[in-house]
Amino acid sequence: MPRDSLITSESDIDVGLELAGDEDEFSSHPEEHERERHRGKRREGDREKKKRGHGKRRKASRSREREEEVQARPDKRERERRRRAKSDRETGGRQRDEEGKAKIKSGKVAKTKKNITNEKTKKQEEEEESEDRNAKGKKKHGSAKKEEKQEDGGRHREKEKTKEVKKKKHKKVVETSSEQETSEQEDNGEEDNEEKEVRPESLTPEELERLKEAVDDRKKLIQVLRGKPWPMKKKLVTLRESQQFVEKYEGALGKGKGRKLYVYKVMMTKKWMKFQRDFENFRTACIPWEMKIKEIESHFGSSVASYFIFLRWMYGINMILFGLTFGLVMVPEALMGRPYGSIPRKTVPRAEEASAMDFAVLWDFGGYAQYSVLFYGYYNNQRAIGWLKFRMPLSYFLVGVGTVAYSYMVVIRTMARNANESGVGDDNSFNFSWKVFTSWDYLIGNPETADNKFASITTSFKEAILEEQESCKDDNIHLTRFLRVLANFLVLCCLAGSGYLIYFVVRRSQKFALDGLENHTWWERNEVNMVMSLLGMFCPMLFDVISALENYHPRVALQWQLGRIFALFLGNLYTFIIALMDEINLKREEENIVKFNITTWEASFYNGTVSENSTGLPFTVQPADVPRGPCWETMVGQEFVRLIISDTMTTYITLLIGDFLRAVFVRFLNHCWCWDLEAGFPSYSEFDVSGNVLGLIFNQGMIWMGAFYAPCLPALNVLRLHVSMYLQCWAVMCCNVPQERVFKASGSNNFYMAMLLVILFLSTLPAIYTIVTIPPSFDCGPFSGKKRMFDVIQETLESDFPAWFSKVFSYASNPGLVLPFILLMILAIYYLQSTSKSYKEANVELKKKLQTQNEENKKKNKRAALKAQMDLEEARKAAEQQQNNKASLQDQEADVEENHGSSQSLSHGKNGRNPPPHVRDQELPATRAPVPRTYHHGNHGTPGHLPGFPRQSEHRMYRVPSLQRH
Amino acid sequence: MISLYLQDCTYFTRKEILRLFYRYRDLAPQLVPLDYTNHPDVKLPYELIGSMPELKDNPFRQRIAEVFSEDGEGNMTLDDFLDMFSVLSEMAPRDLKAYYAFKIYDFNNDDFICKSDLEKTLNKLTRNELTEDEVRMVCEKVIDEADLDNDGRLSLEDFQHMIVRAPEFLR
Repeated sequence: MPRDSLITSESDIDVGLELAGDEDEFSSHPEEHERERHRGKRREGDREKKKRGHGKRRKASRSREREEEVQARPDKRERERRRRAKSDRETGGRQRDEEGKAKIKSGKVAKTKKNITNEKTKKQEEEEESEDRNAKGKKKHGSAKKEEKQEDGGRHREKEKTKEVKKKKHKKVVETSSEQETSEQEDNGEEDNEEKEVRPESLTPEELERLKEAVDDRKKLIQVLRGKPWPMKKKLVTLRESQQFVEKYEGALGKGKGRKLYVYKVMMTKKWMKFQRDFENFRTACIPWEMKIKEIESHFGSSVASYFIFLRWMYGINMILFGLTFGLVMVPEALMGRPYGSIPRKTVPRAEEASAMDFAVLWDFGGYAQYSVLFYGYYNNQRAIGWLKFRMPLSYFLVGVGTVAYSYMVVIRTMARNANESGVGDDNSFNFSWKVFTSWDYLIGNPETADNKFASITTSFKEAILEEQESCKDDNIHLTRFLRVLANFLVLCCLAGSGYLIYFVVRRSQKFALDGLENHTWWERNEVNMVMSLLGMFCPMLFDVISALENYHPRVALQWQLGRIFALFLGNLYTFIIALMDEINLKREEENIVKFNITTWEASFYNGTVSENSTGLPFTVQPADVPRGPCWETMVGQEFVRLIISDTMTTYITLLIGDFLRAVFVRFLNHCWCWDLEAGFPSYSEFDVSGNVLGLIFNQGMIWMGAFYAPCLPALNVLRLHVSMYLQCWAVMCCNVPQERVFKASGSNNFYMAMLLVILFLSTLPAIYTIVTIPPSFDCGPFSGKKRMFDVIQETLESDFPAWFSKVFSYASNPGLVLPFILLMILAIYYLQSTSKSYKEANVELKKKLQTQNEENKKKNKRAALKAQMDLEEARKAAEQQQNNKASLQDQEADVEENHGSSQSLSHGKNGRNPPPHVRDQELPATRAPVPRTYHHGNHGTPGHLPGFPRQSEHRMYRVPSLQRH
Repeated sequence: MISLYLQDCTYFTRKEILRLFYRYRDLAPQLVPLDYTNHPDVKLPYELIGSMPELKDNPFRQRIAEVFSEDGEGNMTLDDFLDMFSVLSEMAPRDLKAYYAFKIYDFNNDDFICKSDLEKTLNKLTRNELTEDEVRMVCEKVIDEADLDNDGRLSLEDFQHMIVRAPEFLR
């Protein structure tokens, strides 16, 4: 068997299956060499022989043994043959050893080697030939060849051999599909077996199929390996084995001419997999702030970390929104649009020019900031700009729609995924079990948090026990109900008050605005934003105090709290929007007046200069001097930007004062204060998850609302989120303490998402309303001069697309087609809804069924256990009759009874008085031989078996005492 | 090199594996070699493993170490160490976690969670702050709830059936 004599270290070259990056890993795999070996056998001879090494051979032989295990075939005949082959191999191995020694020692190896290999090849040929002979009776042919070969020299011989092998293969291919054939192939012993499997031409389709399946199985195994609950060592061994297997036989699966292609394909899949893995590595490396969040997680538990994960998610979304607006709107306009100062809408008006660069004005986003790409008004209504013919108005419109659509998509998709993940829970049947097994937060790595967690677990257990013991207290319930109603009433009062306050403030500010902002103080100018921020800051605290009345479970309390703050913010936001609408209407009236004025102004202008120039506007007028309308879109955008800025500022300032300064104060004044500041009143602050999440959500809502009128908003928001990520991470680590009642937050994630969705809907509503119903300003923005903003679509359809397209579109958009389509959609939604409802019902039904079945099982088990006990009793009696020496037995019995009774006190109830016979049986094997058998019979005869566990459980029931005993 | 294999066996990326390796090594730099190409047979004693911040405050740290170590006494090789973190990581599926959770709560290694296991679990969770009566009651309740085949203790199937329905289990 010259298998090893033909192992080559260079054989790697001619296959090229290895991955470039992992050479040392893979090239040391024995199986590769094995595979190569076979090819090498056929193709390359002497050159490689010189290079083989000791170690490789050893590896190969080891791997051969492994393969033996791997490819155990059920065929008996084959096994027999393999045995034969083994003995062959042994002799071969001996030879190999000798050969190896010879190689190492002698300097002029070549000749001896040749001789040895000569012998080996001869042997192999003989074997193969003889088998051929047996099968087909072609002895002469084979022997002739053999003789030929013997006469030949080394290299010639090798070539001959390869030829011959090919011939043989050919023969076999000709005679394929006979059973005899396959068995014959296999009986060439192990090595030949392998050889054959690498030679796909010689395999029958069946075998190929089987091999393919095996390889696929292995591949699957490799994929799911990480999910196997095995110790690491076993995993590693299995992985290596199956990798080897796959490597080895993958090559065998290609057929004939397609072989090269197959090898290529395998290679490409490997490369692809490696690429995927690298990409995965890269991607996880790209997730920002992972370590920060993990650290926070370990300090504060998962609820605080969930806020930061949410923040990061938000950041991602805003990045994309920012990319859209920045890349498709702002940059093209800045690069290709008309420059600043070219037309009136792009210049600061003369009246404002003096103060346009003042910081106070810029901070308010007036002056130069107002007349820049940051706001709607700056954009020109030129249909195509620059050398790219970029359709600016269209792009502006589509980006506005696209951001909203994208946000909807992302939020809904995330919600659906979350629902899938945690959709099963929600029944209370495992209350205590869950408390016991899942209450620990495995992410906690901070002693203080751990202490709090221990305390909260203990109290939750006590609460649950109390609840269990006295399921309802009458006198208490009235009180709590009253308190809860009172609390809700108070909260409603707060909400109404804050709503009125905002409305009042907005009205007042409008009055101020009409008077002219310059006459008022800073406070009066920023009243609206400040009041809104302050309300957002203090009302939640108030709610917190109120919710102390209600005495809810912390998670329920959190949801109530969230709901209330949500209502507060929403109310505030909508008052703000309504006020804005009022302002828009005011501006539009103003606009009409301005329009009229402009026409008169133009007319007067014409009248003055008509003698000189009669066509168009005179060139002498500076764009800054042209009177213009009040551009309500820019005003709306400015309002939102200001709101965001003031909101951000208040958040940061609260953070610094409320958390940082408080912490500093408590920390450093503690030793010179009259009471313990750390434990007493001010103490350190806790991280307020709900408030922060809501702040984030509302912030996002404002972004969605205002992004259409101020394309800079997503950019601002990205900046804000980025800063607050670092700031809050730092603040939470340095000046907050873990929550007293630490609880996990995974369940409430979808709650946040639902709120986000509601906010998304509510914030897109006014934006869409304004876009659809209010005509755009006549002299600013990309849609100026159109009746409605969405007319830009119509325009594009008419002028940029071929005529037939707009025709088709007009057909498609006529009500006769649209209405049925909408109807169809409603029907589909209704259908899906009803099916999901029925699924839900079926689910509930199944749950019920399962429960009843469980109970029935319990009952039946009890009955079966009783019956078995009776049988046992009888058996025991019988045994006792046979038994003579009772005295020695009695103490044993007492012993056993104790054990038995304790182990099955629940299932057997009071009936634990029977000693399990086979325990005794093990102690007194000689005399008690028949007893267990009768017991087993009785056991199998019990009628109460249910499919599934009963039988098993009975066995277990009786096995345990013996286990405990020994 | 090694990480390539380990990537298939764990839920970690190459970088994470390396990071874990350095964590492992930092526990005892004098014991663990930097070069792992020859698979040196190094074990870290439980005292070191249990003092990691990830486990330090976990009431079940000893059980976790015991379950994941090959010798069952909490002394871990690098492989065991990686295995542990792989199962505890976010990426591991529920079933796998349930299996190992069962093993962790099965204090006496008899493949069932019986009453004594439950008592131990409870006492660890609450630091012995419940009275005996309370503990007993909770144990009875748990077995009553989750024991499907009514043999007075929880088998792996019972446990999985119960735990995969828990809303909080995944974390």
